[in-house]
Amino acid sequence: MHSRRFAITDWQLVTIACALSAFGIAMLYSAGQVERTTAFAGLWRTQLQWLVLGMGIAFAVSRASPRLIELMAVPVYVISIVLLLALMLGLGSGAGTAESTKSWLTIGGRRLGQPSELAKIAVVLMLAKTLTSRRETPNSLMDLWKPTVVVGIPWVLVMSQPDLGTAMVLVGLYFAMLYWTGASWRLLLLVASPGISLVLAFSTELWGAWFLLLLALLFMGRKKPYIVDAAVIIVANLVLGVGAPRMWDSLKDYQKDRLIVFLNPEKDARAAGYNIIQSQVAIGSGGWFGKGYTQGTQKRLSFLPQHHTDFIFPVIGEELGFAGVMAGLGGLCLLLLRAVRIATRSLDPFTGIVAFGLASGWFVHVIVNIGMTVGLMPITGIPLPFFSYGGSFMLACWISVGLLVRISAAGRGRADAFAI
Amino acid sequence: MSFHPNEVARRGRIASFVLIAIFGALGARFFSMQILQHSAYVLQSDKNRLNEIPLPAPRGVIYDRTGQVIAENVPGYTVSILPQRRDSLPVVLDRMARLVPLSPDEHAATMRRYRQSAPLPAVVFSNATFEVVSILEEHRVEFPGLIIQSVPKRHYPDSSAASAFVGYTSEINEQELAARVDSGYRPGQQIGKSGLEFEYEAQLRGRDGTRFLEVNASGRVVREAGVRAVLAPEAGPALRTNIDMDLQRFVAKLFGDSLIGAAIALDPTTGGVLALHSAPAYDPNRFIGGVSEAYYERLRTDRRNPMYNKAVQGAYAPGSTWKLATAIMALERGVVRLNERMPVQCDGGYTFGNRRFRCWDRAGHGNVTLREALAKSCDVYFYQLGLRLGLDSIAAAGTRMLFGDRTGIDLSPESRSSFPPGQDSALYKYYVDRFRASWWRGQQDGEPLNLAIGQGANSQTVVNMARFYTALASDGYAAKPEIVARDPQRTKIFQLTPEQTEALRVAMTEVLSERGTAGSAAIRGVPFAGKTGTAQNPQDPTRDHGWFVGFAPTNEPKVVVAVLLEFGQHGYLAARVAARIVEHYLKASVAVPSTTGQ
Repeated sequence: MHSRRFAITDWQLVTIACALSAFGIAMLYSAGQVERTTAFAGLWRTQLQWLVLGMGIAFAVSRASPRLIELMAVPVYVISIVLLLALMLGLGSGAGTAESTKSWLTIGGRRLGQPSELAKIAVVLMLAKTLTSRRETPNSLMDLWKPTVVVGIPWVLVMSQPDLGTAMVLVGLYFAMLYWTGASWRLLLLVASPGISLVLAFSTELWGAWFLLLLALLFMGRKKPYIVDAAVIIVANLVLGVGAPRMWDSLKDYQKDRLIVFLNPEKDARAAGYNIIQSQVAIGSGGWFGKGYTQGTQKRLSFLPQHHTDFIFPVIGEELGFAGVMAGLGGLCLLLLRAVRIATRSLDPFTGIVAFGLASGWFVHVIVNIGMTVGLMPITGIPLPFFSYGGSFMLACWISVGLLVRISAAGRGRADAFAI
Repeated sequence: MSFHPNEVARRGRIASFVLIAIFGALGARFFSMQILQHSAYVLQSDKNRLNEIPLPAPRGVIYDRTGQVIAENVPGYTVSILPQRRDSLPVVLDRMARLVPLSPDEHAATMRRYRQSAPLPAVVFSNATFEVVSILEEHRVEFPGLIIQSVPKRHYPDSSAASAFVGYTSEINEQELAARVDSGYRPGQQIGKSGLEFEYEAQLRGRDGTRFLEVNASGRVVREAGVRAVLAPEAGPALRTNIDMDLQRFVAKLFGDSLIGAAIALDPTTGGVLALHSAPAYDPNRFIGGVSEAYYERLRTDRRNPMYNKAVQGAYAPGSTWKLATAIMALERGVVRLNERMPVQCDGGYTFGNRRFRCWDRAGHGNVTLREALAKSCDVYFYQLGLRLGLDSIAAAGTRMLFGDRTGIDLSPESRSSFPPGQDSALYKYYVDRFRASWWRGQQDGEPLNLAIGQGANSQTVVNMARFYTALASDGYAAKPEIVARDPQRTKIFQLTPEQTEALRVAMTEVLSERGTAGSAAIRGVPFAGKTGTAQNPQDPTRDHGWFVGFAPTNEPKVVVAVLLEFGQHGYLAARVAARIVEHYLKASVAVPSTTGQ
């Protein structure tokens, strides 16, 4: 039994994850090579230790049975909620440029880790469990109250840190996992509609048009409209559409800055727009093959901010050029495709949803992080899986790999049959 | 809840498709930035890290005709700061002021230069002493953006002796900067302000080079060398002048600090300026790297006006030196013969209408010929010549003889000499009206009398009178005065017969004999011709200006000299100065003049 499991380890997944981790450590080493050596020069060693630890945990996780994983969902979820609450109750502290936030669990002055990384996995497990506990595909808003609460509690806690990045990941997970359970596009759109109202509220005409479309969506093509659903959706859209400007006022200045700068980085090229511009300069100046490993001037002369964490991908762009970027993007894309493939191969709904949830979590990380470095996404302070420096995140990524390996082993057909 | 394998596979396909599409879009974005817009981003990346440090080019050396150096470059130091941030500069300067003398003015000037040229380093001291440089070098760690450069510094070996024509360089000011915005001038740079330095600025400045410093995000200099190839500065080409520095030094010494006025020595055949001096002079070396407030104030308030070039800017009534022009006009028109005596003898004055025009010599000159009238400078004789010529003809001939013009000497700013315009001039009618109709009745026709003796509406620069005498020294060709050596430009301004020319020269030689007005200025062994003059001084009627313009040797002129002494009372003082100049020049150039003429 033991030997058989080992034999069907998803080597493709493991190889891709190992390659990405090695690439990540190499880039982290380069990120430390600057003109005036700082303490960051040794971070790659710490990261390597976290990687080894993460691989060890992943190996252990890959040996657990799917039922054990399902059983663990509730306790893990509860623990992570408790930890997030603990952050709010005075055990949280900020770090680096985000000094005022409370994302680090700190006891006795020692920073132990970032509970939000655990929370992402916990939410995936808990949401999968909740969604599969019902035997029907969610069809109306009323069917969604449980999943919404499961994601909503940690979402509120994370937002209050505030950690916009993790909050975005949770929202991404929620929609992706609903999709995987077979929820209709129409339902997903209705759920998303208050958010869309929020964005469109800045133009009265656009919002008006959207509101008419929404009414059509609610009442047409249905023999028996859900009155309560419709009422909730309409009220939510009205509240957000009308209240958006007021919510804008209540945002912190740095949050407003980030959004404004995302829309127009040149507006404040020295201050808030600086990060986006320098990141793009680093990437753009890389060309086909880059300025050479460790030789990026934007990084060496510290024009590129936070090049160990959020802005590590521009280091690849600058030093290894388009070729390096393609390797990085390609590796991440293969990883995600592989995870989706594992989800489709899984024999039971729970593991399938978990696999897809993990993939969608990574996906949000990758798209928001890399999109931010090229100015396609606002700056949200979200790390890049396997590349950005961070112990908790490295552990979380490899625990996800371990879970995926386990799910893959229990799946339909051959693990290494590679297909989309 | 449908987890039928087909259903799940369909969802997987859609998810994979979305995944690939979004990654493809990201990849396209990278392609566009890294490949399509690559060069723009490279430029921006280089602009981030490379700071251009200008390397000033050495100015062209200025030589005299024998190859002696008039203006050269010596090593100097500039101290500049490359501020890390705009607001950090005052703090850095305050810190610097505790180590080296830095006046509030210099502080303010540095801030101004930085505002004007923000990305470039701001010049703090454009002419730092070795002491300041060594103190700052010692404390280099405290000044991250400190740039100490060895730059060529202008130096004038003869200091004030050459200041009248060589001028000086100094820091470019805001107006000059605004006017030259396209020619690559930067704040804190040196620029020619006057004299040849100003006139030939475009040529002398050469082409500045550039060196690159690599700086990090906080503006600290990371690397100085090898970042990118240095563009070497290109020195300005040398300027060869007609000046004879030995003579120039002699002239300057002659004037010393006691005489006020100007002197010019010209080569009569080429117009080459052998010497040009304006006294009192200033020291151009003290302007290099910024003139001190005290020195500038002293120059500005000096009533002798050292900064005013009396050789080209000052216009004075030419007085009797101009009588040669009257004589030439009269001879050219045939209204007088060489030996002709005037109907009215000189008894110390001439009555015209109801007005008495006096001769300078109250005793009178008696019955004189043109030659004697010139030698003795008899005004009465010339009043009658003036009447024979008439205003129109004097105006027309004077204009033809270039008395209403600038010489065009390569030394700005040159004042325009003024003279009543000829009949073909647009100003003619204005002058005619002024002197014929609206002039005071009793004087209305007296203007030709005044003009004939070099008074009236006639003011000439020293350089213009020197030019006129080059025509006397040749056969009617006026040579344009040129400081920098180039092809001579000569203009025929009158036409006399050889006998007439000879007679005028004899008359001018007699000026410097016992019978003439400047007998004390004769040079032993050198036939010397010239004419004294006394110009009424509008500022102070009791202290006239003294003139002398002449040439030597008389028969084969090698040098024309014009001297004006402010408050020099009478021309014979100026004549003595001129004689010394001529003597010095001729003894230096030809051992002993062999001419045996009168």
